[in-house]
Amino acid sequence: MERGAPVAYFLGLLVALVGFWLGMSGHFSPLLLSLGALSVAVCLILAYRLDIIDREGAPYVRILGYAMYFPWLMKEIVKANITVIRACVKADLDIAPALVKVKTTCRTDLAKVTFANSITLTPGTVTVEVEGDKMLVHALYEQEAQPEAFEDMDRRSRIAADGKGAGA
Amino acid sequence: MGDLIANIADFWGMARFPLGAALCLGGGILCLIGSVGVLRFPDFYTRLHAASITDTAGAILILLGMGLMAPGWLVVSKLVAIFVFLFLTGPASSHAAANAAHTAGLQPMIGPIGQRSDDDEEAA
Repeated sequence: MERGAPVAYFLGLLVALVGFWLGMSGHFSPLLLSLGALSVAVCLILAYRLDIIDREGAPYVRILGYAMYFPWLMKEIVKANITVIRACVKADLDIAPALVKVKTTCRTDLAKVTFANSITLTPGTVTVEVEGDKMLVHALYEQEAQPEAFEDMDRRSRIAADGKGAGA
Repeated sequence: MGDLIANIADFWGMARFPLGAALCLGGGILCLIGSVGVLRFPDFYTRLHAASITDTAGAILILLGMGLMAPGWLVVSKLVAIFVFLFLTGPASSHAAANAAHTAGLQPMIGPIGQRSDDDEEAA
């Protein structure tokens, strides 16, 4: 709760929990609705006691940024999948694994997690270690995992998590 | 105009089951390809890459197919929840496995693999 309005995070969590309950149950009888209200209240109280209602616990303010990032990530996942599928079914194995150090410009933990998870989600690359602003990435093809290849993803995940003004 | 909309709705009702079935089948085939890759690739880290096909492409296609065949929005909302959790936890678990192997000191194979196995055969 270091900055921003905790009330907004609280309301965001409330809306998400109510939506989750309604989506899971789909019943609107008074008994189940009151049980849902009770569960949501208990969740909110526990989250407040655990002190996790902050930017990371309720990142709904950035939902627009992630909504813009997601289609691009899907496109990358599809492209990378084709490469790895071809490597899997090819008659002769022609992979050239490599460990690459990637520098990130992401500052906040949320942006770093977004970037590292995006690297891991795209088949053919896995984040092995995160240390400060450097990441150790294992890649299936050496030629496709030069540090420049990750610059675009780095920039986009930084904008998605932190907004345009943040970062280097 | 109402006729056209009714036609489209009719077509959608007819097409969504075969479409969903085809997507599920495609996802299943991709999962199979991922398992083939896991068996073929030489070491732990490369096998992780093959497994991530099953994680992403296979799961996405199967969930999309099930969403198309779903009887109502309730089921779709549950599928969306499954999709979100898979997308958040999948990379976390892959990273945990890779990081554990790296911390334990497992050295990955580096460099072109295919050519080297040819050299091995000649040497043997």
